[in-house]
Amino acid sequence: MNMHELGIVFYIIRDVKQVAEDNHVDHISTVVMDIGEVSTVVPHLLTDCWRWAADKEPLLQGCELQCNTIPAVTWCDECKREYETVKYGKTCPHCNSDNTWLLHGNEVEINSIVV
Amino acid sequence: MNEVKVIEIKKSVFAENEKDADALRQELKSKGVFLLNLMSSPGSGKTTTLIQLINKIKDKVRIAVMEADIDSDVDAVKIKKATGVPSIQLHTGGMCHLDAEMTRQGIDNLDLNEVDLVILENVGNLVCPAEFDTGSCRNAMILSVPEGDDKPLKYPLMFTVCDLVIVNKTDVMPYFDFDLERCKTNIHQRNPKAEVIPISAKTGDGIDRLATWLLQEVNVDKLRC
Repeated sequence: MNMHELGIVFYIIRDVKQVAEDNHVDHISTVVMDIGEVSTVVPHLLTDCWRWAADKEPLLQGCELQCNTIPAVTWCDECKREYETVKYGKTCPHCNSDNTWLLHGNEVEINSIVV
Repeated sequence: MNEVKVIEIKKSVFAENEKDADALRQELKSKGVFLLNLMSSPGSGKTTTLIQLINKIKDKVRIAVMEADIDSDVDAVKIKKATGVPSIQLHTGGMCHLDAEMTRQGIDNLDLNEVDLVILENVGNLVCPAEFDTGSCRNAMILSVPEGDDKPLKYPLMFTVCDLVIVNKTDVMPYFDFDLERCKTNIHQRNPKAEVIPISAKTGDGIDRLATWLLQEVNVDKLRC
């Protein structure tokens, strides 16, 4: 069990409970997450915490947490090109510049629920 | 047969917290209260730094402290004893960070008419506290010399969200492979706007500069209301 991922799980539960209420849903079978590669959330720890916490909620008993990985891509402002963040970090492999920004890959998003 | 239905959500897990945080920030602003969120690793010297800082400025602003920890009240007791300012302990109940809702619960236990500056000592951790906006007016973090000058590279988000980085324990710099200039370069690579103030909470070195920064931020924020 990891405290960080458990905290995130509590946030997911709070949000999907609200969505269920708004849509008059009494059971959710799958929650689909979009997790960025550099989001600080580790998917297998998230699903471990999810199992423990979700089964305590009637709405979420047996509900699967499915994690889609969003690749991390950085944009270089100097040479106007993209590169893989996980491989090269902050420094652009094309031109060595540090003037770079993460385009995507830090998402911790609830994509959808299956009911 | 049960029909399967997909409901699109497409929403960041942090969105609700950010809403709560903005609401809290607005409310504090309307009451003329400045909230500083202080973060760091465990053992970086947050409490010792706070005691030095508070004793330096407590005659100029009315201060209250909120200590967040997973358990115990050692920090709140220590602060109250060493500074005399009101101090409350928040327990996160096992969570590794404080969110806006928990911060509000703490704020609700303070008499805001008697306070200009609330300092929140967040849970010692360089990862999660950076992700959860507490509703603070400014974020500061302490990086202590023994931790190493490469931490801004390893925990980029923490250094990105902070307005101020306090480099503590400069008195032991000769014994560690810590290069202050390299550290500043690493911080500014992540966050060009971050202020960097080197201090030694033990000797008191740099506390004056820290006090000046904080008083200035509190006053600037007041003028904006």
